[in-house]
Amino acid sequence: MDLIFEYRSQLVDGTIVTIQLALASLVVSLALGLLGAWAKLSSSRLAQRLAGVYTSVVRGVPDLVLILLVFFGGQVTVNAIGYSTGLWGYVDVNQFVSGFMTIGVIFGAYFTETFRGAIMAIPRGQIEAGISCGMPKSLIFRHVIWPQMVRYALPGFTNNWLVQLKTTALVSVIGLQDLVYNAFTAGRSTGKLFTFMAAAFVIYLVLTAVSDLALRALERRYSRGVVRAM
Amino acid sequence: MADHPALKVDDLHKSFGAHHVIKGVSMEAQKGDVIAILGASGSGKSTFLRCINLLETPNSGDVYLAGEKMRMKQNRHGETVPEDIRQVERMRSRLAMVFQGFNLWSHMTVLENVLEGPVFVQKTPKAEAREKAQALLAKVGLSDRADYYPAHLSGGQQQRVAIARALAMDPDVMLFDEPTSALDPELVGEVLSVMRDLADEGRTMLVVTHEMGFARDVSSKTVFLHQGEVCEEGAPSELFTNPETEQFRAFLSRMN
Repeated sequence: MDLIFEYRSQLVDGTIVTIQLALASLVVSLALGLLGAWAKLSSSRLAQRLAGVYTSVVRGVPDLVLILLVFFGGQVTVNAIGYSTGLWGYVDVNQFVSGFMTIGVIFGAYFTETFRGAIMAIPRGQIEAGISCGMPKSLIFRHVIWPQMVRYALPGFTNNWLVQLKTTALVSVIGLQDLVYNAFTAGRSTGKLFTFMAAAFVIYLVLTAVSDLALRALERRYSRGVVRAM
Repeated sequence: MADHPALKVDDLHKSFGAHHVIKGVSMEAQKGDVIAILGASGSGKSTFLRCINLLETPNSGDVYLAGEKMRMKQNRHGETVPEDIRQVERMRSRLAMVFQGFNLWSHMTVLENVLEGPVFVQKTPKAEAREKAQALLAKVGLSDRADYYPAHLSGGQQQRVAIARALAMDPDVMLFDEPTSALDPELVGEVLSVMRDLADEGRTMLVVTHEMGFARDVSSKTVFLHQGEVCEEGAPSELFTNPETEQFRAFLSRMN
């Protein structure tokens, strides 16, 4: 216990990085997920196809491969472009940015499917009722589609988010000092790897438990008008 | 200003792919008319109704609401599309529709369902809209259900809410798309009696229905569609006692 107290600032810093990483990547993946769902449900063939390629490629490749590919490949590409065009000198790709962008892109593909399913679960007649009383598209989206879409998407969202939060642990391989990286480093330097990994274990559990509680409250709020089975 | 019919539909055509569903139907409703539209399933009667407020886009033909023409144009693929979506939205708000499946917004209470159109489409002040919504709920006999969600109501009650929601827009013409077809037989009566009251008040209504009694007793004009065309039309007293065509006779005998 004393040992953990001694290294508390590393653990706290690592936890903060993990949370920041998770939230930043969540923003990216929500935006991509909505965009992807919109594309898949749009009448444009091109948009449908692009979204289809996006989700099948991303979901078909291990997360770790993509993270390494984007970080190291991104580094090489950015510098190759800089070198050949002479526009910029050597650039170090920021680990945090490359980490949250990659995770955001990965989970955007999963959110695309979650949101697409949620929109399709809304009875078509409710949208027609909006159209037939003269509601413009934006009003139908805000008042009819969005509140119900959130409700249908929440169970899938909760699932995705928990996996996403845990996936941030992978960025320690590109040297980002998140919770895993700091706990592992502290464990190795003190020779008490088990103690520090146990601490990381508990911290992750707390983070997921808090998310779970918050999302359950949100689910209750968006379940207006739903009849629950007794 | 000349007196225009409340609703005029002129030579409407609609195809789904190669399937020609509506083959040039015209119809005119004066203010206060109740037009019952009958026909076997597949006769195109629902499609016709849905073309009037552009839930389906007709391939050709014109719709006039109190003399105002819904302006359409051809897009670059040669499809018919609205020229001005704002105009279409404005005209839709004057053409309330009641659906077979009620289509209430399930995440809103009964009162919110009725308030949505007046408050957010017509921008009526909330207090005023609320007062009116409550009066309309009283009219359809559901004052005590204002705070219920649709899922907690019977089909007949949901359909009466849907009628109140349509009335809240103060529509010039009301379109009913088989309003009682999804109801249990014992719930049909309560919906029909509300519709009867509306007819007595002088509301202009187009009613696609299988309720022969309603068509015979309430409508001012009955139209029988057969394979996408008007097969027979006229005063119900005339039509039901003296069907002229073989098709209508056969239809009537199947319905009774």
